[in-house]
Amino acid sequence: MAGLRGSPTAATAPAAGSTFMTNVEAVRATLHDALARDERVLIMGEDVGARGNVFLITKGFLEEFGPERVIDTPLAEASIVGVAIGMAMEGLRPIAEIQFADFIYPAFNQIVGEAAKTRYRSNGDYTCPLVIRTPYGGGVRGALSHSVSIEALFYHVPGLTILAPSTPADVKGLLNAAIECPDPVLFLEHKKTYRSVKGEVPDGYYTIPIGKADVKKAGSQVTVVSYGFNAHQALDAANRLEADGVSIEVIDLRSIRPMDKTTILDSVRKTRKLLIVHEDNKFGGIGAEISAMVAEEAFFELDAPIRRLCGPDVPAMGYALPLEEEFMISTGQMLTAMRELAAF
Amino acid sequence: MAKTSTARESAIERAGLSDAQLVEMLRNMLLQRQLDNRGFQLNRQGKIPFALGSEGHEAVQAGAAMAFVRGRDVLVPYYRDLGLALGVGMTPFEILSSLFARRTDRSGGRQFPNHYTNHDLGVASISSIIAGHCTHAVGIAAAFRYRREAGRAVICSTGEGATSQGEWHESVNYAAVHELPIVFLIENNQWAISTPQSMQMKVAHVTDKAAGYGIPSALCDGFDPIATYAAMHVAMERARSGGGPTLVEANCYRYLSHSTDDDDRTYRSREDIEEQRKRDPVPRFEQRLIEAGIIDAAQSRSLRADVLRETNEATDAAEAQPYPSVESLYTNVVAGDYRPWQD
Repeated sequence: MAGLRGSPTAATAPAAGSTFMTNVEAVRATLHDALARDERVLIMGEDVGARGNVFLITKGFLEEFGPERVIDTPLAEASIVGVAIGMAMEGLRPIAEIQFADFIYPAFNQIVGEAAKTRYRSNGDYTCPLVIRTPYGGGVRGALSHSVSIEALFYHVPGLTILAPSTPADVKGLLNAAIECPDPVLFLEHKKTYRSVKGEVPDGYYTIPIGKADVKKAGSQVTVVSYGFNAHQALDAANRLEADGVSIEVIDLRSIRPMDKTTILDSVRKTRKLLIVHEDNKFGGIGAEISAMVAEEAFFELDAPIRRLCGPDVPAMGYALPLEEEFMISTGQMLTAMRELAAF
Repeated sequence: MAKTSTARESAIERAGLSDAQLVEMLRNMLLQRQLDNRGFQLNRQGKIPFALGSEGHEAVQAGAAMAFVRGRDVLVPYYRDLGLALGVGMTPFEILSSLFARRTDRSGGRQFPNHYTNHDLGVASISSIIAGHCTHAVGIAAAFRYRREAGRAVICSTGEGATSQGEWHESVNYAAVHELPIVFLIENNQWAISTPQSMQMKVAHVTDKAAGYGIPSALCDGFDPIATYAAMHVAMERARSGGGPTLVEANCYRYLSHSTDDDDRTYRSREDIEEQRKRDPVPRFEQRLIEAGIIDAAQSRSLRADVLRETNEATDAAEAQPYPSVESLYTNVVAGDYRPWQD
């Protein structure tokens, strides 16, 4: 299969027919097909074997594919990623799982210091075709250490690809693209979308090109850029405003690094107003980079200051329901921000 | 020279090594010493910004390299493994290209000296982050096992300081649990820059830690290449035949400062170094081979002249190479064009 990064033409078309499933079912189905399709693919992580992953994503895989391909590792994140790097350097296609994104910090060195630089430091002598999957995000009463967003901590790093699909069809197409990618990919799955988001998933093998955003809804007055769970809320808010005669364009980034500049700029040049929404902390977040890019490229085409609606700058959301709700961005907040920006 | 006699075999405990292999180890040690000193000389001449020394590690590395089977095994070294790199097939020109950061360096002049890469020879690329590479070595060993490539094993080397790192522990533990074909070679030179072994661990020997992982270990004289080879050979054969990992600790000494930027006078006495110099493994092994009648004094002088000439030629050849192009800074970030913003 071709289908390398950043090449829209390389995306392979799905077969006719589709199946209705949740995001978590799409992760499971895609991993299953990858194991069945390619002997180089291995799955490794904490509790991925007998337990079948804490979200039951890999349930039954151990029995079907055996302990050599579905590996219950020791409870140590640095070596989950580090051992997978070695396998990737040696020609395998490991898919390493970090049980919750909050637990990825012990593997930070391996991801940033090692995986992202393997190709660069060896000038292409060694490569690291590795996928690191991890569930992230809040709204599931996960408290301080089962709720965080980690994308901003990694999006500064050249050599890494970061994907955050929001729909089952995108999960499948981008996870397949990640497995094909000849470089390390951090694949982020928002926990709140695991079972709450359902959709049609085309049957058969296909990839979605890395680095292409998806315009979820066309509009003329405000551009909203988001990803993950927030993208669903933004689309919901935009659809509601349509009835009030407010026209919002909603972009789901899907790929955080690399990011789709053309789709963002084309939209902003049309609507002349930009709202960025992400659950991750505002300070130094993805929205800061998008804001800077738009200010550099399209400053004189803006009719209003760029606006960001983001998670607050506190360490994490609390366990208590009011603390979690205060942290999470509500659809109501999005409605207000969209209305204000449209009226500006 | 390769012909062995019963008289000679009794004159030296050779662990099954032929005369040719013994001489090859001596040649490696002499070349390593010469190239190692060349790095420091070039730095003091203002020709290169930095060099790392492995003086004192010659015997460990010559012995360990002899236990490596080219074309089959993989070496995941650390940054003090000049002799291991030479012993598995890297050339003085490659070493000097790295020191001069020239275009002919396999990393394209990106890596610090002593951070080798040579996929063809099975020398894995490493970073400077201590013990970060140990997990990769385990992954490579896991790939051998997964593909049922019996007869292949990995050498993962570190200093003793690296065994304080969590990633070293995680690596040995993972390899032990999964019974992977790997040997963890600890080149214990007693110093991690300025920090002595006693500040790194409570145990007397790194091998004392092996019991905590349920794996066998071997403690050997790292000033003796034959003893190191013997320990490494047993461990590598165990790994290749499905017997799982081994921890091998070879005791040696770091004669030079950590690097050309370090000054060891600030943390250790000259007397300690002088005392250790009396046991210098290079002249000692040379003398052993002469006394055993494996080489004579003339052959010894000839070997020394050869490695000096080789080092000089490699120095001149590498220095004459151009730097990498500035355009190369932007290549090999990812496959194909690197564009964080996509059109």
